[in-house]
Amino acid sequence: MAATKDLKTKTLSINMGPQHPATHGVLRLVLELDGETVVKCKPYVGYLHRGTEKLGENRTYPMALPLSDRLDYVSSMANNIGFCVAVEKLLGIEVPERAKYIRTIMAELTRIANHIVWIATHALDIGAMTVFLYSMRDREWILELFEMACGARLTVTYPRIGGVRADVDQEFLDHCYKFTEAFPKLVEQYETLIDQNRIWLQRTKGIGVLSAEEAINWGLTGPTLRGSGVPYDVRKFAPYDAYDKVQFEVPVGKAGDVYDRYRCRMEEFRQSNSIIRQCLEKLPGGLVLSPDAPGYELAAGPRKKPAPPAPPPKAEGAPAPDAAQAAAPPPPPPEPPAPAFEEVYVATEVPKGELGFYFISDGTGKPYRMRIRSPSYVHASVLPRMCEGSLVADVIANIGSIDIVLGECDR
Amino acid sequence: MNELLGVFGSGPTATFLIELLIIIVKIAVIIAITMLHVAYATYFERKVIGHMQVRLGPMRVGPHGLLQPIADGVKLFFKEDIIPAQADRPVFQIAPFVAIFATLSSLAVIPFFDLFYLANINIGLLYLLAMSGLAAYSLIMSGWGSNSKYSFLGGLRSTAQVISYEIALAFSLVSVMIMAGSMNLIEIVMAQQEYWYGMYLVPQIVAYIVFLIAMLAETNRTPFDLPEAESELVAGYFTEYSGMRFALFFLGEYVGMIVMSSIAVVCFWGGWTLPPIVVKLIPPLAAVPGIIWFILKVYIHIFFFYWIRATVPRYRYDKLMALGWKILIPVALANVIATALVKFIF
Repeated sequence: MAATKDLKTKTLSINMGPQHPATHGVLRLVLELDGETVVKCKPYVGYLHRGTEKLGENRTYPMALPLSDRLDYVSSMANNIGFCVAVEKLLGIEVPERAKYIRTIMAELTRIANHIVWIATHALDIGAMTVFLYSMRDREWILELFEMACGARLTVTYPRIGGVRADVDQEFLDHCYKFTEAFPKLVEQYETLIDQNRIWLQRTKGIGVLSAEEAINWGLTGPTLRGSGVPYDVRKFAPYDAYDKVQFEVPVGKAGDVYDRYRCRMEEFRQSNSIIRQCLEKLPGGLVLSPDAPGYELAAGPRKKPAPPAPPPKAEGAPAPDAAQAAAPPPPPPEPPAPAFEEVYVATEVPKGELGFYFISDGTGKPYRMRIRSPSYVHASVLPRMCEGSLVADVIANIGSIDIVLGECDR
Repeated sequence: MNELLGVFGSGPTATFLIELLIIIVKIAVIIAITMLHVAYATYFERKVIGHMQVRLGPMRVGPHGLLQPIADGVKLFFKEDIIPAQADRPVFQIAPFVAIFATLSSLAVIPFFDLFYLANINIGLLYLLAMSGLAAYSLIMSGWGSNSKYSFLGGLRSTAQVISYEIALAFSLVSVMIMAGSMNLIEIVMAQQEYWYGMYLVPQIVAYIVFLIAMLAETNRTPFDLPEAESELVAGYFTEYSGMRFALFFLGEYVGMIVMSSIAVVCFWGGWTLPPIVVKLIPPLAAVPGIIWFILKVYIHIFFFYWIRATVPRYRYDKLMALGWKILIPVALANVIATALVKFIF
């Protein structure tokens, strides 16, 4: 083995991303490889930077709401709710009970939809491709529910500051109930495909281990933190919306490896389902939008745009009064009442972790500063810690297990 | 027939020419039929996996997407053949031809049915192993020649993988050789007819399982598709290939699958024959041509390839090595020794 000593070896640096089939979105990792072992891993972010925070400073609070959809585009509803809860605290708006329950239902549906996308891509990265199509089939169900409630499927902007944009009807509630009845069986389907599979266990157990202390120090939140055994969940610790009125458990893992994070999210499927069930059963009547809410109010009625009414017969002279109303331009939005100087930080539990909105108000109706604490950004920073010393294949498993979306990471 | 071939005259030269002509016609027939099967094996794969994944697979080109493979072929044929500027040109250009050459040559010794084979040589099985070993060179050459890091890693992985699994594959076939007492594929099939069940599958079940796993690794199919692991190495060794050269790799992989399935059928499933007991129970089956059974058995194996692909995740590199060296090779070796002892004693 004398030859080995004299032999000089160099590490191979390889670019994983920003265009690569396995890095989610435009994450770029520069890996230094010694054979198949990762010596160094350096994540680069910012390829999807759109200046969301700065854009927010040039818009009134209701106008900035749609920006939050584009953060984490697979769970836009949860981002909207996070934004609304923060602005409501800043402006001191009380949300009606019914709206709180509807928001909770929507947030949990979003959590399920997000975790479906996560399990689909995570399993596909590890090589189990069938789970991808099974779960995408079931995600369609949720997207149809969103469409039924507000007409949009992906970037919904359904919640509003002070409530939600439109009330849900009985048809939505029936479909939602049917979904909660069917969904636990679908989760079992995903589990039969991968959970008992030896190769899956080999690929996930003992990979990317983070101790509880490390996970906290890295600032991880959400299922990525809970996989390490820390039962921290904003929904329990600082309940917003209707989370203090429903019963649910916070699933935690033990080992803090890829497998435990996977188990946590699979359990969250069931917990979210149970939360939706409870909300549907307890859903109170009443308003869905606070009278103090700033900005537009949409008319009640069908959520999809109705067919344009037939033009009134010309012989009758003056048009019908309601047609005149429809023709008139909507009144300009009043500037929302804003406190002179106040700062507020409100965190909500989005599917990926703790999404925080920090506002500084200067009394102009536009935020002086809007800062977003996005879980994906924090989670991407832990990748070097997880990947260095492991194999190339584990990098893929690790990226999947921290569940990042680059739209939210780069903002 | 003899009158028709009379144009060659008579004498030893004429006999040679006639034999040569027959061989060339046979080669053309085998390659044409195999290529058609390869085209529709891709269609079959997309349909099977599609239906396993709650979707339909190709449906647009032709009725039920039946013309899809032809459309794909035409598309690949007309695509630009891009050669990277920094590539090692000769190596890069030759690699896909090595892949298709090695797998197509394997077809020469496979007995498709009792009257139809190209070459009846005594070292048939050894020849097949040699050719599947040669196919690995194309992966190494393309990995090196592309001058791309992803291709390079893919090439390195394939070298290690093929060396590890070729041993297990060969050992699983050694026990078949011991049982048949021959390396001639036709004699192996005939030897299986001596049993009432007509297959080595029963006494050599261990060897068969080892063979199945090694077969997946040899053809770089899931769960051992590490050389082309999509989620890690983009497309592995053929990342830089496009157009016809890419298609040749693709063809090589599918012909490889057909060859491996044929070896499995010949060595473990009794080739083109039916088990004697079945023929005894249902005599009309004896009238069915052997090629039907052969193709049916091959397609059962090809279905198995697809089924595995739709079901299991990908192995990790070090676990793959551990499986090959610590489990498959010892098991196959123990099986060889057990077979030899049983053969020696009885």
